[in-house]
Amino acid sequence: MSERFNAVLLVVGALFMLLGALGVLRLPDLFMRLQASTKASTLGAGCLLLGVAIHFQDLGVATRALLVIAFFFLTAPVGAHMIARAAYAVGVPLWEGTIIDELREQKRAATEAAPGNLPQWQSEQQRQERENA
Amino acid sequence: MSHASDSPAHVAANLALVMIGLALFLSFIRLVRGPSLPDRVVALDLIGVQAVGMIAAYAVATDQAVLLDPATVLGLVGFMGTVAFAKYLERRARDE
Repeated sequence: MSERFNAVLLVVGALFMLLGALGVLRLPDLFMRLQASTKASTLGAGCLLLGVAIHFQDLGVATRALLVIAFFFLTAPVGAHMIARAAYAVGVPLWEGTIIDELREQKRAATEAAPGNLPQWQSEQQRQERENA
Repeated sequence: MSHASDSPAHVAANLALVMIGLALFLSFIRLVRGPSLPDRVVALDLIGVQAVGMIAAYAVATDQAVLLDPATVLGLVGFMGTVAFAKYLERRARDE
């Protein structure tokens, strides 16, 4: 019974990893790819490690496997958030079908309220935009 | 030996190894294609997670529990690498 459950866990975990990789290859922009990579692959790794924990039926091994799962579930969102922030700052283009970009609207509102808080090149750029308009 | 490798868990582990191998190949295509540096960082991060999964499946397939320790270390190093890359990208964007 436990053996069957274990086998199912391993295959489901590998399937999630495969789907995550497929998403990273096929989705149209970086932020969507990040979503596939982070969520699907972390769940896949979690399933596989849970399979390991059940397979060996040993307290030490199970503890280590659960530790790795906990570590992945804590660090995956943090890492994804950092990459997304850096990518947005670098100016990675969004998919052309994107209909809402709240961060950009928020930044614009913030600079209109207090222009002094911006780095120089950005306030220069915005001043020029205002002059042109 | 033969009866051990026929158990459902071992068959599943071998199947999982094949599937993760395919997943590694797909994310490697994204690593080569890019097009931007953050895309490559995402692909590299994904390859790290897949390597941990592959080690886990291999540990079950060969009945070697010690392989879990390298998986732990690989998970730690992968996260550090991702954070370092993100910091580097952000600083480069600020300096330009």
